[in-house]
Amino acid sequence: MQWETVIGLEIHAQLSTKSKIFSAASTKFGQEPNSQACAVDLGLPGVLPVLNKEAVDKAIRFGLAVNAHINQRNVFDRKNYFYPDLPKGYQISQLDWPIVGEGEIEISIGDETKIIGVTRAHLEEDAGKSVHDMFDDYSAIDLNRAGTPLLEIVSEPDMRSAKEAVAYAKKIHALVQYIGICDGNMQEGSFRCDANVSIRPMGQEKLGTRAELKNINSFKFLEKAINLEVERQQDIIEDGGEVVQETRLYDAVKNETRSMRSKEEANDYRYFPDPDLLPVEISDEMLENIKSELPELPQEKKARFINDLGLNDYDADVLTSQKSLADYFEIMLEGNTSNAKLCANWVMGELSASLNKNQIEIDNSPVSAQDLSLLITRIGDDTISGKIAKDVFKAIWDGEGSADEIIDAKGLKQMTDTGAIEAIVDEIIANNAPQVEQFKSGNEKILGFFVGQAMKATQGKANPKLLNELLRSKLS
Amino acid sequence: MHKKTIVELAQGLKDREFSSVELTKYYLDRINKSDLNAFITVTDDLAMIQAQAADDKIAAGDSGILTGIPYAHKDIFCTKGVKTSAGSKMLDNFVSPYDATVSHKLNSEDLVMLGKANMDEFAMGSSNENSYYGEVKNPWNKTKIPGGSSGGSAASVAAGLSVFATGTDTGGSIRQPSSLCGITGLKPTYGRISRYGMIAYASSLDQAGPMTKTAQDSAIVLNAMAGFDEKDSTSAQVDVPDYTANLNNSIEGLTIGLPKEFFSEGLDDVVASSVMAAVKEFEKMGATVKEVSLPNSAYAIPTYYIVAPCECSSNLSRLDGVRYGYRCEDPKDLEDLYLRSRSEAFGDEVKRRIMIGAYALSAGYYDAYYLKAQKTRHLISDDFKKAFTEVDVIMGPVSPTTAFDLGSVKDPVSMYLADIYTLSANLAGLPGMSIPAGFAQNLPVGLQLIGDYWSESKLLNIAHQFQLQTDWHTKEPQEN
Repeated sequence: MQWETVIGLEIHAQLSTKSKIFSAASTKFGQEPNSQACAVDLGLPGVLPVLNKEAVDKAIRFGLAVNAHINQRNVFDRKNYFYPDLPKGYQISQLDWPIVGEGEIEISIGDETKIIGVTRAHLEEDAGKSVHDMFDDYSAIDLNRAGTPLLEIVSEPDMRSAKEAVAYAKKIHALVQYIGICDGNMQEGSFRCDANVSIRPMGQEKLGTRAELKNINSFKFLEKAINLEVERQQDIIEDGGEVVQETRLYDAVKNETRSMRSKEEANDYRYFPDPDLLPVEISDEMLENIKSELPELPQEKKARFINDLGLNDYDADVLTSQKSLADYFEIMLEGNTSNAKLCANWVMGELSASLNKNQIEIDNSPVSAQDLSLLITRIGDDTISGKIAKDVFKAIWDGEGSADEIIDAKGLKQMTDTGAIEAIVDEIIANNAPQVEQFKSGNEKILGFFVGQAMKATQGKANPKLLNELLRSKLS
Repeated sequence: MHKKTIVELAQGLKDREFSSVELTKYYLDRINKSDLNAFITVTDDLAMIQAQAADDKIAAGDSGILTGIPYAHKDIFCTKGVKTSAGSKMLDNFVSPYDATVSHKLNSEDLVMLGKANMDEFAMGSSNENSYYGEVKNPWNKTKIPGGSSGGSAASVAAGLSVFATGTDTGGSIRQPSSLCGITGLKPTYGRISRYGMIAYASSLDQAGPMTKTAQDSAIVLNAMAGFDEKDSTSAQVDVPDYTANLNNSIEGLTIGLPKEFFSEGLDDVVASSVMAAVKEFEKMGATVKEVSLPNSAYAIPTYYIVAPCECSSNLSRLDGVRYGYRCEDPKDLEDLYLRSRSEAFGDEVKRRIMIGAYALSAGYYDAYYLKAQKTRHLISDDFKKAFTEVDVIMGPVSPTTAFDLGSVKDPVSMYLADIYTLSANLAGLPGMSIPAGFAQNLPVGLQLIGDYWSESKLLNIAHQFQLQTDWHTKEPQEN
């Protein structure tokens, strides 16, 4: 039997606001437990939530970036359940009237592109954190995270493979950073994915029973968890069993998923509109203002790289896949507008290879965008050749100084003095009569021999273009 | 001394007839001798400190009308450093680390808080028999209930244990005890006074207000309590006028609406005749009377007893024994901690409403109950909107009976029926008042005034004019 995988993702992006969604407490990560929880976050008797406008602003930005309908009147609801790290006994969220309605985003897998639907995105508050391994007889609760604003982004079940799911998640991850609403830090939990996975016989319309996978904190784990789940479901069905609707926890250490709770055990959250908060009204003017302040979106940037810089589709796609990468590239461009293709090659080639090899993020690159930009400038103005530039790059990476300093210190400046190169060329021609004869009799390939000799004599510093011209004129 | 109003006490303080310290001692002494159980906590030491500070301000010529005036604060308002119990065992050990906005505002007027007034647990009740701290007795007859939930506040003012008190009104909790104790109680428009720090019962209905001897005092206290608060998203950005400014306006030409639904079966004849006598008094003063209809008011009780329990079932979830409040002994696991802490600390009425609310909100019932109740709520509001196109104010009884015997109403539904005339104003968010309008069987009868949105000035004006012509509000219960 041929099976088709159907995946929908629920992404929780922590909005990078200074204060919490309903209180003035700071959202800073990694502080002393319970040092950033005020009366409102603690759920003391009598306290009331007040909506942080910055969170609304950021949610709208996301909606606009995925071409979604913005619900100009949206409502906060209470999701009621008891848990010690949920101080009020309910989470303030949005059920029927989310701030962001239907939108879409384009993903690329290899040369293929595909549109993935965004069902909705809604604002909600995060819960605190329970710590079970700190004390023998007690669990500890840290409420610093309680009340941190989250945007829950729900996709349509439009993805058909783990690869597509990862491509979509990465696209959203890049987007939220582009528009400055989330720092995207997956280790700190600022960007979390839950995956709804089901399978059905190829060609069948009706969706299979899904399992929801939770606790996935990297793209690598997302792919693994989905593939594991697809295998598990196939095994069950092919053995004559039935998949049950349930929530499953991904365990990265054991590389397995296990059941957390079934549909029957699921809570009845008793949602109802939060009477402490008025419906959010978003004026046309507010919407227009946010629209006008929206930064260039990845898809717009990609189009600009293709149309204005002459990059090909693939290069433009890679360079805009992460905001940090695009930023790096654009800083390089400032001094090298005419060398865009060269800049692109270096970022995607030498730089990316070195970063990957050393497992360094581009933000922490030992070679800064300014450093690399200068190096490209020196290639462009014929100070050094591309070949020499690779050595200079390595020296910059090793902290030996700027491109100019290294070129100077190591005497790597190209010979552009026609007279000096001419003298060397004359000598080589004089010493290699047989090869000269071969060239004159039509063997073009022999030119490489002369170039090699000349480069050897100049330690690679002869300007290749100049050298070629001189050789041709002298030989003919 | 305890017969004096705020206006009279303020004059006495200003003229140095007595100091705030003397006044405070006098009231504290009366509270200590009282057997009404009107207070959960008496804050003697704090009161004396505040009184001294007030005297200093008066001496420095830096005082306002409320400087040094002693009052009782309903124990539902958070008061920093002072136990705030909401009448519940659940919060018996809760000392609030912060002040409610109302507490803060009253403090900044240099008032003297004598203590925290008794109340039905979490403001759920109409007789003040649901308090963990015991029932409050009606000063007019100690075998009778004082009304609820602000029963301690009402009894305190009626018995001269404080010159005024704060109250909160979710379904009549200011107006009904004011009526049964013979004082002046005002529930302002929803959103007029900040709810921040006022322990929530039903968020969309709760509203604080003053409980005083006179309408004039009510206006003075409302001036101090009202106003937009950025900490309460539901508080209104509506200007606060000087509520004393229009008290003396003539009410000639006033059109009074009498809803026929408020004078149907279930209303005690003795209450009806006091109310009608009061209406006659207004006619003498130049008002005209018109019958109006509030056809959906029959649904006020079922609507209220869905909406309020739904909200309270969620509002009280934070009382889980985890961070503060009551926690059961030796919980064996998390579920046991929740179950026993809440079972042991909540009273029957609170449990009943939490269960009703949780049921009405649960999947499959939400549309039939909560949504239906919200729709009915709109219809009730619309009835009033229509009525206010024809009349300036609506009048009627506050409670169908005078104060009943302590312990006499055992069936919760019969108790709920006592709220029949007060609930509509909460559901619609309208301002309402109870003013003393007579006596029946030696017990006070209140007249209810319901006004259009933000018409507090008008209501206070009407009430004040009535009090200039009548002396019901000056009657005092006999002491022991």
